[in-house]
Amino acid sequence: METPRYYVPHSSPWPIIGSVALAVTAYGAVNFIHQSTEKVGAEGSWGQPVFFIGLAMIAFMMFGWFGTVIRESIRGMNSDMMDRSYRQGMAWFIVSEIMFFGVFFGALFYARIISVPWLAGAGNNLETHVLLWPDFADIWPLFMTPGGSITEAMEAWGLPFVNTVILVTSSVTVTFAHWALKKNQRVLLPVWLAITVALGTTFLILQVIEYQEAYTELGLTMGSGIYGSTFFLLTGFHGAHVTMGTIMLAVMLLRSLRGHFSADNHFAFEAVSWYWHFVDVVWLFLFTFVYWF
Amino acid sequence: MAVTADHAIPNRSPLIAFLSRWLLTTNHKEIGTLYLCLSFTLFFIAGAMAMVIRLELFQPGIQFAEPLFYNQMVTMHGLLMVFGVVMPGFVGLANWLIPMMIGAPDMALPRLNNFSFWILPFAFTLLISSLFMEGGAPNFGWTFYAPLSTTYGPPSTDFFIIGVHLMGISSVLGAINIIVTIFNLRVEGMTLMKMPLFVWTWLITAFLLVMVMPVLAGAVTMMLTDRHFDTSFFSAVGGGDPVLFQHVFWFFGHPEVYILILPGFGIASQIIPTFARKRLFGYHSMVYATISIAVLSFVVWGHHMFTTGMPLAAELFVMYATMMIAVPTGVKVFNWVATMWRGSMTFETPMLFAIGFVILFTIGGFSGLMLALVPVDFQYHDTFFVVAHFHYVLYPGAIFGIMSAVYYWLPKWTGNMYDERLGKLHFWTAIIAVNMTFFPMHFLGLAGMPRRIVDYSLQFADFNMVTSIGAGMLGLTQLLFLYIVVKCIRGGEKATSRVWDSAEGLEWTIPSPAPLHTFSTPPQFPIPEKVYQHD
Repeated sequence: METPRYYVPHSSPWPIIGSVALAVTAYGAVNFIHQSTEKVGAEGSWGQPVFFIGLAMIAFMMFGWFGTVIRESIRGMNSDMMDRSYRQGMAWFIVSEIMFFGVFFGALFYARIISVPWLAGAGNNLETHVLLWPDFADIWPLFMTPGGSITEAMEAWGLPFVNTVILVTSSVTVTFAHWALKKNQRVLLPVWLAITVALGTTFLILQVIEYQEAYTELGLTMGSGIYGSTFFLLTGFHGAHVTMGTIMLAVMLLRSLRGHFSADNHFAFEAVSWYWHFVDVVWLFLFTFVYWF
Repeated sequence: MAVTADHAIPNRSPLIAFLSRWLLTTNHKEIGTLYLCLSFTLFFIAGAMAMVIRLELFQPGIQFAEPLFYNQMVTMHGLLMVFGVVMPGFVGLANWLIPMMIGAPDMALPRLNNFSFWILPFAFTLLISSLFMEGGAPNFGWTFYAPLSTTYGPPSTDFFIIGVHLMGISSVLGAINIIVTIFNLRVEGMTLMKMPLFVWTWLITAFLLVMVMPVLAGAVTMMLTDRHFDTSFFSAVGGGDPVLFQHVFWFFGHPEVYILILPGFGIASQIIPTFARKRLFGYHSMVYATISIAVLSFVVWGHHMFTTGMPLAAELFVMYATMMIAVPTGVKVFNWVATMWRGSMTFETPMLFAIGFVILFTIGGFSGLMLALVPVDFQYHDTFFVVAHFHYVLYPGAIFGIMSAVYYWLPKWTGNMYDERLGKLHFWTAIIAVNMTFFPMHFLGLAGMPRRIVDYSLQFADFNMVTSIGAGMLGLTQLLFLYIVVKCIRGGEKATSRVWDSAEGLEWTIPSPAPLHTFSTPPQFPIPEKVYQHD
């Protein structure tokens, strides 16, 4: 039996373009932050335009790089082994993403189980409580911080619950799309995908409305203590991931309309749907621990 | 064997050909070389910073460095050595060796490999450029504890944060590539338990990287939002806690220190059998010991925080869990010694460095055990004893590991033997200088000299002077190392394909220097004895 040769690509310009793009974005981002928060002088550093040029370069790199990979796949250059490499690579990438969200959940649990009760005098911390902030009480969601800033909590059974239903539904519809693809139903595939993209977009719109409500009506901001910090970083990073996922799904939709993918060769589609399920599961944890309990 | 680079484009100027070769390469050997060059360059930059530190500490009082500048030197030395020298050094070795050891034509995702590397020069440029910014470079130590790094950090801290993000992206992508390569591209017949130990230790290291680099990214993200977007993760006024920073940082940080040493274990396990002319003693126990160390590394982060304030039960748990790590580590040291036992040993430079590694790393391990004891750590915490401890595991541990690997595989990479006489000179001067530099630090720490402070009381003067002289020697010996490596690249006695009498492994079946593309067709495994070309 002859072992198939592993495809080793020739030199490629896209990685170095990507590195430069990342560096430009990073440099621009820091200057942009310095300019817009006005805590540090950064006059004339062009932070904002540099940042957006960097983002555009990243987008350009992704078009080019993914385009190359797609062309290779269409020409049939990918062996089963290559396919496994891509699959395992994506799986480990999702593992690293889980760890990233884990940090912010860790911060949330630390605040709820350790730092907030301790500040309110739990354990052997009574003296700290009495001396520093005697009025502070351990109530979650944290209506009042030790420093005295006040906020209202986000109600779980309003928009967040609607969003839960939307996201779970979208996980189902993307699976329907996958089944359609496996049965080679080329009409149903884009339909289910389009529905999924629409659900993802709706989720994002509702999330924007929720943020507006938080800032304008509830007084819940990033500055409202550890409750606001964990709330906005967790939902914010999740929202960023949903945005990425929706864009990726939209690309899959366009590619399926162009006749890409076959019933047995559609790794890109699967990778996107894994990512989408991952984002969905993160939301279930978010809904449970950030909004509900 | 003549090999033409497949990407050499004719009719181009040499400069463009050079740039397109190194900027666009997807070849694991070229990318490995790039990683090693970056690591070597930063080694001298970070080493120069150590020289500044030791120059200042040569005598009590403030001579050369203002306190703020001294703090910047301490911070940058640590950050560059950890993220810029040891990690890229090991990744460079992984790139060169893993595909050759498992009989693969290249890394599984070659373009991603190029991306992982080329992020790093930009990240370190951002980091080093912070030295020239208003307010100076980060000055809060490589552990960047809040609130030093949040409330009190200089403006350049944000460049440091974004630099760490870039390094994190690079490390995670690189680690994913290594895991996928090992799981997917092994030659037929090489089961997991037949892999060379360097491959095994790197597999586990890569797993640790995927698990903890995102945690570091999360930590610096929270720092960034605390600094600029009013969040209060590390501020008690908002219900957060500066101690949370330490928990998050060390959840990353403790596995990180094993990331810095596990590939070194793998290297010692490759080199010692070759020069003892015996098979490695206890291969299976080596693998299981490495896995246990990796698993335990996730539950011992609290031993960096004994004096920070933790419930007693947590301190005790962490103390016992930490001491438990001594068991698998002891298994490893025992196995290396047992491999040498009654071996037919010779002492070429790689072997000398490997033996130095085993002995001096063990000293670092024992001082680690002392630090793991809660009541004792209350005395040692934040003293020079800690500095002595981690320099013993990192310099004669990680750095000697990389150096012995470089001597061992350099003939395979370049096709030339290095100068054995100079190599031995390098080893003996280095090992004397290492002990002269770091051993007195134990005494200083036990006597109560705090770390990270520009000045010290008079009673510490003598040992500090010895340490500084040792450090100067150590710096000079590394210039000798640079000379040896450059000399070997430029020429020398031709190396055979097996290089060492009894070296085992697929990388020794191919010619020296290793052609650009190896194992385009999978080799035979297990390796038939006749395959080793005795040319």
